[in-house]
Amino acid sequence: MADSLIEMTAAETARKVNARERSAREIALATFERVRRTDGEVGAFLTLTEDLALAHADRVDERIAAGESLPLAGVPLAVKDNMCLRGTQTTAGSKILLGWNAPYTATAVQRILDAGAIPIGKTNLDEFAMGSSCENSALGVTRNPYDAQRVPGGSSGGSAAAVASYESTIGLGSDTGGSIREPAAFCNIVGFKPTYGRVSRYGLIAFASSLDQIGPLTRSVEDAALAYDAIAGVDPMDATSVDVPHESTATSLRQDLKGLRVGIVKEYRAKSLGPAIDEVYAKAYADLETLGAEIVEIGLPTADYGIATYYLIAPAECSSNLARFDGVRYGLRVEGNDMAETYDRTRAAGFGPEVKRRILIGTHALSSGYYDAYYLKAQKARTKIAADFENAFGACDVIAAPAAASPAFRLGAKSDPYSMYLMDYYTIPVSLAGLPSISVPCGWARPDDGAEEMPLGLQLTAPLFGERLLLGAAHAYEIATKHAKKHAPRIGVRA
Amino acid sequence: MIGLECHVELKTATKMFCGCKNEFGGEPNTKVCPVCLGFPGALPVPNKKAIELTIKAGLAFGSEIPRFSKFDRKNYFYPDMPKDYQISQYDMPLCKGGVVEFWLENGARGECRLTRIHLEEDTGKSTHAGSSDGRLAGSTYSLVDFNRAGVPLMECVSEPDLRTAEEAVGYLEALKRTFVQLGVSDVKMEEGSLRCDANVSIRATGSTTLGTKAEIKNMNSFKSVRLAIESEIARQIELLESGNRVTQETRGWDESSGTTHSQRSKEEAHDYRYFPDPDLVPLEFEAAWIEELRSTLPDPPFKRYVRYVDQYELPTKNAAQLVENPAWEVLLDGAVRRGVKPKSYANLLLGDVAKKQNEDGLSEPAATFTIPASSEFVKLIENGTITSKAAKEMFPRIWSGEITDPAEYVKREGLAQSSDRDEIKKFVDEVIATNADAVAEIRKGKERALQFLLGQVMKASRGKANPALVNELLREAIGSG
Repeated sequence: MADSLIEMTAAETARKVNARERSAREIALATFERVRRTDGEVGAFLTLTEDLALAHADRVDERIAAGESLPLAGVPLAVKDNMCLRGTQTTAGSKILLGWNAPYTATAVQRILDAGAIPIGKTNLDEFAMGSSCENSALGVTRNPYDAQRVPGGSSGGSAAAVASYESTIGLGSDTGGSIREPAAFCNIVGFKPTYGRVSRYGLIAFASSLDQIGPLTRSVEDAALAYDAIAGVDPMDATSVDVPHESTATSLRQDLKGLRVGIVKEYRAKSLGPAIDEVYAKAYADLETLGAEIVEIGLPTADYGIATYYLIAPAECSSNLARFDGVRYGLRVEGNDMAETYDRTRAAGFGPEVKRRILIGTHALSSGYYDAYYLKAQKARTKIAADFENAFGACDVIAAPAAASPAFRLGAKSDPYSMYLMDYYTIPVSLAGLPSISVPCGWARPDDGAEEMPLGLQLTAPLFGERLLLGAAHAYEIATKHAKKHAPRIGVRA
Repeated sequence: MIGLECHVELKTATKMFCGCKNEFGGEPNTKVCPVCLGFPGALPVPNKKAIELTIKAGLAFGSEIPRFSKFDRKNYFYPDMPKDYQISQYDMPLCKGGVVEFWLENGARGECRLTRIHLEEDTGKSTHAGSSDGRLAGSTYSLVDFNRAGVPLMECVSEPDLRTAEEAVGYLEALKRTFVQLGVSDVKMEEGSLRCDANVSIRATGSTTLGTKAEIKNMNSFKSVRLAIESEIARQIELLESGNRVTQETRGWDESSGTTHSQRSKEEAHDYRYFPDPDLVPLEFEAAWIEELRSTLPDPPFKRYVRYVDQYELPTKNAAQLVENPAWEVLLDGAVRRGVKPKSYANLLLGDVAKKQNEDGLSEPAATFTIPASSEFVKLIENGTITSKAAKEMFPRIWSGEITDPAEYVKREGLAQSSDRDEIKKFVDEVIATNADAVAEIRKGKERALQFLLGQVMKASRGKANPALVNELLREAIGSG
């Protein structure tokens, strides 16, 4: 009974709550029951917001009773803990912010709450969203719901795991270099990164401002479209948010791919991810063709420069964005004998190794004498990468590619940071170009270690502001292939 | 060689990147929000008015306004800077070049090129507590007030074109006058809305290479700018003449000792790691918008000053005073067009009008004070139709608009100055007859009593008697002349 409530999609939940067949309150209560049963194993949440959730649920039920209809009425929502939610602790997965209660709510969070979603809690993430496994969180371990020995992916691993294990229906994540798409692939769910500027970043704790983008993690493309419709749109509080009219995507999802030209990147095809994985993607491209798409080969000659470019620009911005965590106004403070020593001690104690590494790289890349060689050159490379995509979109409508370089790996398996960086090989160029991109479940493959099969994600990417096209194509693929429904998570569910 | 960097807080309703009020003072940390406090997740949105005011300031000095501009981050750690970077402008400022023309008290004129004018955000303000003198050294704790954090701050950087401390002050006064006139800033140094750093270097007469410069910071009045520069020039001359070198460094100005002292040397200079702020999109201006702004600009004060001195032939001191009140320009020009001598009208403005404005707490004359009435009024004084005494009586009614036709009023009230000997003699005889004591005193040689009698006669004649004639007739009648 309770499970059937929480296993509904967002679309079904909203339909039932709007029709007053179910109340937001009973869904919220069922969700918390599931979380209590499950999250000890999964570890998706850093903070649960039960009182707030019930207050919201009651408010939603009142609004429905008063005759209103809400697109996400009663839909459980998990918020990545780098987004501000007024009055709740917001940590960005870092010790430096432990105990900091946000005094305001992020625009995207506010919008999705206004649409009727119920805030279940704040989810775990790689510290300041830096990482591809969720292992860089200073505050806890999150496990992949399909294999407790494996990572959920990062940095939005908490939100992905919460959605995959039915602890929430929608997860909000943030994607800087792949942080929505990669955990979605690892957890067999849908992860959607909209065009840069489509969703306000106001209230999202910045990692790399020119790349950060909020987006939904869901168990269906339709839910991703519903969530995206709720959060998209220009925001006067974010100067980089774009004032391009937003048209509903949830109402325009397509059933086939007739006439759609899908680009397959020849540089990617030349690179084997191992026979089992290659086979899954070959099958995915064939499925697209079966659905009516025309497969065309395209080139992204600068794709190989993505990681190097990203690891100059993102750290440069983060070195500046994270300067404010200095122990003066909020969060952790470790006193020193003078101001400089207080800064040093606070930051030494408050930041984890990956964050420190990136601050150092970024500070070096921006320093006088190195700026031209590193930061400026990376910006030029970024322009070239974006131009490559623009050129490719002359020959195709969407680009299909793997979402991650492997299925979910074992906790602790990637101790060398560079091998971790390589996980985002396919997602980073798209982020540098600011394009909308989605990962949808596309099959299963045995990891290198011969363990049980783990899910893989198909990354579809559209031109700037091509959200309708992109979500439509992903939906058609999803309903035809049903990969997301093929397996149920192995931990935390039906225990 | 002196170059100045001036920070000017702009007069906008709200702060540079958020909706908080831009007001001086108030309870500490009451005019703050997540944005100006740099809270996690908060984002800046630029204030259009601040951009407009900065461009206006540039246009007033003939700066080039590039079509493109952007905001950069200047990274350094400072406890009263919320984000530990300041949003500023690096290589693409809002205004490039331009010339500031100024005059000195002695009437000499000068000019100084501007390098650039850019826009940035102000920081908060620290108060060091627990020490006897409010300084950091010895203090046990510090308090930070972020009310000022995020206030739009315009930085004007000059070329090293100034030669003396007087020129530096002349330049600063020119900036101040222009900013006040344009409504760009209140320029209240005591409230920190204008702060100034000076770069000073010396070189031997005839030499063309720049000497090593020292930057003096922390000057908070025109007087301290003058004294600090003078003191620094003297210090550098002494160093060179005693065979030493000037080192490139930042020096602080100590008001009480009247000297500068070393703060940090070039070796400790910061690497600010400027880069374009990724939270703000680059600015692109329409040429038509810039032209529209240009068309709204009034004549700059220097141009008015030059016109007053060269064309109206007013004394430099009067010209400088007139320039201080921009609203007077229309009045003065209007009066001159009506044939009033500039000097006569200027006297009215600098005398009665200034006094009245001051009394009523007005920054400009009341709307009831019109060009036609005041021009006519000054003409009546100029050509001797009315005495200064009658003028004094009439002025408040000119001011209030009660008298719209002064000539007609004078005629109706019979206020025209009278030089009719017989008529005045009647008043004189009357006054002498009723003031025997005063007459006696005058005869004993007390000149002051004569002034008293003169006043009595003027009063009796309602101010229209020609004072010179009254004087003559009084002396005649008393026989003391």
